[in-house]
Amino acid sequence: MTWLSIIIAGVLTYLTRMTMIVLVRRDMLGAKFKAVLEYVPSAVFPAIIFPAIFINDYGLFVEINDPKIFGAIVAVIVGYFSKNIISTILAGLLSYWFLIFVVFS
Amino acid sequence: MLSKKQLLTKGMLDIFPHMLSVIPFGIICGAIGVELGFNPYLVYAMSFIIFGGASQIVFLQLISGGASSLVAVTSVGIINSRHLLYGAVLSEYLEKLSFIKRLLISYVIVDQSFSESNKFFKTNKTEQNLHYHLIGTGCTLWLCWQISTLSGIILGSFVPEELGLKFAIPLTFIAIVVQDLKKIDHVVVMITCGLSSLLFFDAPFKSYIIISPIIALFVASLLLRIKK
Repeated sequence: MTWLSIIIAGVLTYLTRMTMIVLVRRDMLGAKFKAVLEYVPSAVFPAIIFPAIFINDYGLFVEINDPKIFGAIVAVIVGYFSKNIISTILAGLLSYWFLIFVVFS
Repeated sequence: MLSKKQLLTKGMLDIFPHMLSVIPFGIICGAIGVELGFNPYLVYAMSFIIFGGASQIVFLQLISGGASSLVAVTSVGIINSRHLLYGAVLSEYLEKLSFIKRLLISYVIVDQSFSESNKFFKTNKTEQNLHYHLIGTGCTLWLCWQISTLSGIILGSFVPEELGLKFAIPLTFIAIVVQDLKKIDHVVVMITCGLSSLLFFDAPFKSYIIISPIIALFVASLLLRIKK
């Protein structure tokens, strides 16, 4: 039963990836619609970022002094100026670890 | 004009930094599946059949928590529905490909391969064979995902849980959008999406993940109207 569910979930997921690629042609989208699509990364990724920082494993809001908030702020600042993905991730992780292992331990 | 091989290599290099978060997440994902008591073959098959980190974990957690298959499958479909938006954005660059090639390349469209290849496409519109960049980003991520989930399944969570490496996931996405903070309209769209995701976090089937982008895109269309 679980196997069947996984296959159905896989087919569904593949359909979400394939449908637009196969169906949409350049002349089908108006200029206005295309202009809105320019915002897709900015409109989608915060829905992954915000809950991962502000909501804990139990579905509750974290405290205002949560190490993840601090780590995220450091990552934003380092990322903004360095324009480098690895430095962004490392800066966030290291500042997060500094807080949980050194400051709050 | 770049050769196919150069485009492929460029794609692989562009996605490479994201492996810093994808690999630990893959290991965690594989290890969780086994810890929850699932058949290891089944846990691995998900990486191949579904190939979507967050949705794989949600699926396993729901099933092990006693939810019905229907709920688990629906949640996976809703979590992954954001790919429809990625497809709409990428379609303009892939429309020259044959039907079969479009069917094949669709399989490797995930968050990071979409965003890195889309950035490259936007600044290299005149290149031929742009899709090789997407093959580079997508297949690199696919391979790393297979290997890392597999090692999580076989070796267990050999990444200490105390390190909190799940936190690398939001960091990877911060790295993707952070340069757009220079544009005020993008900042407004991001904040709209982020706040909506917190507001609708408890909506059924994890639907906040598609509700908030829709709200944010609506706000984007309003902003475009004001700008004119």
